[in-house]
Amino acid sequence: MIPELGHFALWLALAVGLVQAIVPTVGYARRNLRWMSIAGAAAQVQFLLVVVSYLCLSEAFHQNDFSVAYVAANSHSALPLIYRLSAVWGAHEGSLLLWLLMLSGWAFAVSIFNRRLPADISSLVLAALGAVSVGFLLFMLLTSNPFERAFPVPLEGRDLNPLLQDPGLIIHPPMLYMGYVGFSVAFAFAIAALVTGRMDSAWARWARPWTTTAWLFLTMGITLGSWWAYNELGWGGWWFWDPVENASFMPWLVGTALIHSLAVTEKRGLLQSWTLLLSIVAFSLSLLGTFLVRSGVLVSVHAFATDPARGVFILAFLGVVVGGGLLLYAIRAPKLVRQGEMQLASREGLLLFNNVFLVVTAAMVLFGTLFPLLMDALDLGKYSVGPPYFNRMFFLLMAPLAVLVGFAGVVSWKRANLIESFKPLRVLALIAVVLGVALPFLTQGKGSVAASAGAVLSVWVLVTSVQEVWRRVRAKPSLAAGLRSVPRGAWGMTLAHIGLGVWTMGVAFASTFNVEKDVRLGSGQSADIGRYEFRFDGVTHVEGPNFKSDTGHVVVSYRGREIATLNPEKRLYPSQGSVMTEAAVDHNPLRDLYVAMGEPIDKNDANGDWALRLYYKPMMRLVWFGGVLMFFGGILAATDRRYRLAQRAAASIPDGAAAA
Amino acid sequence: MRTLVLAALLFVFAGGAFALTPQEGTLDPEQEARYRTLIHELRCLVCQNQTIADSNADLAADLRREVHTHIVAGATDDEVRRYVTDRYGEFVLYKPPMTARTAVLWIGPFLLVAFGVLVALRILRRPRAVAAPAPSADTERLRRLLDEEER
Amino acid sequence: MRYVRYTAPVVILLLLIFLFYRGLALDPREVPSPLVGKAAPAFELPLLEPEGQSLTPKALGGRPVLVNFFASWCAGCQVEHPLLMELSKQGVEIVGMDYKDEPADVRRWLQRHGNPYRQVAIDRVGQAGLDWGVYGVPETYVLGPDGTILFKQIGPVTPQAWERDIRPLLVGVR
Repeated sequence: MIPELGHFALWLALAVGLVQAIVPTVGYARRNLRWMSIAGAAAQVQFLLVVVSYLCLSEAFHQNDFSVAYVAANSHSALPLIYRLSAVWGAHEGSLLLWLLMLSGWAFAVSIFNRRLPADISSLVLAALGAVSVGFLLFMLLTSNPFERAFPVPLEGRDLNPLLQDPGLIIHPPMLYMGYVGFSVAFAFAIAALVTGRMDSAWARWARPWTTTAWLFLTMGITLGSWWAYNELGWGGWWFWDPVENASFMPWLVGTALIHSLAVTEKRGLLQSWTLLLSIVAFSLSLLGTFLVRSGVLVSVHAFATDPARGVFILAFLGVVVGGGLLLYAIRAPKLVRQGEMQLASREGLLLFNNVFLVVTAAMVLFGTLFPLLMDALDLGKYSVGPPYFNRMFFLLMAPLAVLVGFAGVVSWKRANLIESFKPLRVLALIAVVLGVALPFLTQGKGSVAASAGAVLSVWVLVTSVQEVWRRVRAKPSLAAGLRSVPRGAWGMTLAHIGLGVWTMGVAFASTFNVEKDVRLGSGQSADIGRYEFRFDGVTHVEGPNFKSDTGHVVVSYRGREIATLNPEKRLYPSQGSVMTEAAVDHNPLRDLYVAMGEPIDKNDANGDWALRLYYKPMMRLVWFGGVLMFFGGILAATDRRYRLAQRAAASIPDGAAAA
Repeated sequence: MRTLVLAALLFVFAGGAFALTPQEGTLDPEQEARYRTLIHELRCLVCQNQTIADSNADLAADLRREVHTHIVAGATDDEVRRYVTDRYGEFVLYKPPMTARTAVLWIGPFLLVAFGVLVALRILRRPRAVAAPAPSADTERLRRLLDEEER
Repeated sequence: MRYVRYTAPVVILLLLIFLFYRGLALDPREVPSPLVGKAAPAFELPLLEPEGQSLTPKALGGRPVLVNFFASWCAGCQVEHPLLMELSKQGVEIVGMDYKDEPADVRRWLQRHGNPYRQVAIDRVGQAGLDWGVYGVPETYVLGPDGTILFKQIGPVTPQAWERDIRPLLVGVR
């Protein structure tokens, strides 16, 4: 009964979505305010319906209702409750429902926080979001229904993929989808701008907090994904340039370019058509990612069960939504371009270059990801493009950007006096070079060109990031007054850039100085990496709720003094017959010590010698800490006072003017 | 179509359990570094989205052993790569070689950057153009408020 | 010129969609063999019967032959086995390369399912498999009379694969 209710709710949501997409659009064409205002109500009703549907699916998991095929395929009665509830988004059909939940949630939010938006923009944004939701609902209802029943009813489920039975599953997909899907709002704003012909600083001011919020969720989603892979996959990797990872990283790169481009459009009313294009492209890349993951076109560890038939549907959807947006852009954008003057020596100029490097990097990632497919389709052979390629190209393309970031705080809008601005930077550059080159020696005891290069860039970004705040503080009589005068947006920018610097430091050291060692140890034997000694104390057998584990005991000492006990595991999940490696990590900000169980040397003797893999990873934590800082920076930027001030300003303008 | 899918499913990859077994014989630090770099460059054909360094598959273990043996025997990095590509094709290299076909991959991004920088410079040197349309009361007020905060 | 700026994105999208549409029909996991068109790699493997003797590529030469990598532990091999039995009865020469297997297990397996092979060689460690570019079982190589590899079938030999790819090659050279 409950699954049928959930299914029915989706059909209703489809109907409401159609209303949400069509009625306000027609209302706009006919200047009918009442029809336009339906958009808000429709968005809210649709959200409620999707929530109902989602709760129905969750309840099916809660009750272990194996008559629902999706529940039977992804759950098990012995699965802990929290994973049963997270399993809702563990596979294709349910993850689409999560997508939909996020999409309707964002539309719901827009319908609530739209008091400062003119009625035409607001209704068109919601109409665009409604249209996207219709596509997703059709996809779900026609090809990927999570409420499909299974007869005969299996006695037991096939269990959730053990790789997913980890705290990471609980938080990574929701965060990621919030971001991924959130770019649909920026997309919808762009559509609204193109349709109404309104594209100016005010538009940018409306779109910006939505875009920044989507961006910060995506940042956190990607950071969590990396952290999760590191802890879960058992081989110490934290970013593999896997096609699905790239599918989330490309929107992030373009999204970062977009939030910077929006700054230019908001402050100076320039780069309008470029910002519109980026808004469309960011969400397009999100949709593209959805396609890549579910169509079987690329090989990936993340790929959902693939089905070319579904692939065709998503491709058609992609064509309609993205094609529609880009077609609208091609037709309408030339008409609303308004040129102003942009100096090379200005913040706008700097941000323009920021965009060049970010967009080219996104293009590089796209091309590298699709190259094997392209070569195969043209019958030119089978190729692979992996981490060696992406790592090198990414560094080469992003290093100039890291240099440019340093100038962010000192170059002012419109026209900057370079001579004056650059004076303080000279000292900071010197500090960066000296400290950057010295850090590998100081922390690792040896030098490295690669690590030094990364460290120099990192220190440069870090020491220059306070410039924006410093500049404003200096303009005020006292420190207290100065700090108070710094707008939240500036704090956000500062924190986010600091996050970038921290991230760069982490990557520089974790990539160049990491040590990986395969050893064979019997009980009582040790192996060492540098001054760290790993003593293997044998294995104990542990029964988990739905797995059996061989848990190793490894005591780590530094310079003879015991500092940690690690318990890596090798788990067998009987229901799926899969074997998982649960690595054990001892971490502090300066280094990670990571141990993974390989195999017992003698397959039949779990108490004999074992093969283990040991890792030393310096500054690994900084990689994720940087992401977290960027996340908080984004929150500060999105909640800046002027977005809330705008609410009061718009409220005092008569309705007639707003609807014009 | 269905037979194809069925056949694909029944095609058993040479997968297995021998994972991270350390190699017999030791390498000096330079050889060890080369070994590590190489096994992180070669793709596991079984799992297909891991390097042979990280894969649990039998075939990955076999290939790691081969790389190790070859390095001990004095082969250069290129010779080791050639050994694997002779048998499995270029698919097995995660770092595409520089050939006529892959040139666009290695050079393309830089050409794109050059193009982007040139376009940016052109935009930034553009002379003053069309004047802006009169802003609405809404935007004017916001702009004043903003400019106050700017300083 | 300015129209290029605004229409380029749509054009790029159309190209991408076309690429993806083509891609849906392809199998990204399939790895074609670089050995096609080259001489069969050298090997010397012990025969299952008669014990003590070995098989080398020279013994394969002179006539077209299928070299089938299989194993007793492989499920897909059971799928193609009936077809191989049938082909063997029709006179197709098939040589079996037993990959990473125990002689006792393969003997039992052949007794149970039938033996379509003219000869069976044991590749215990998988060294020959490595040299032939095997990455899973079953895999079948079609050799011409001069010992050149003409075709590689990845996965079980299906009736379609036999009709479409393998038989034409054998008929041509017979």
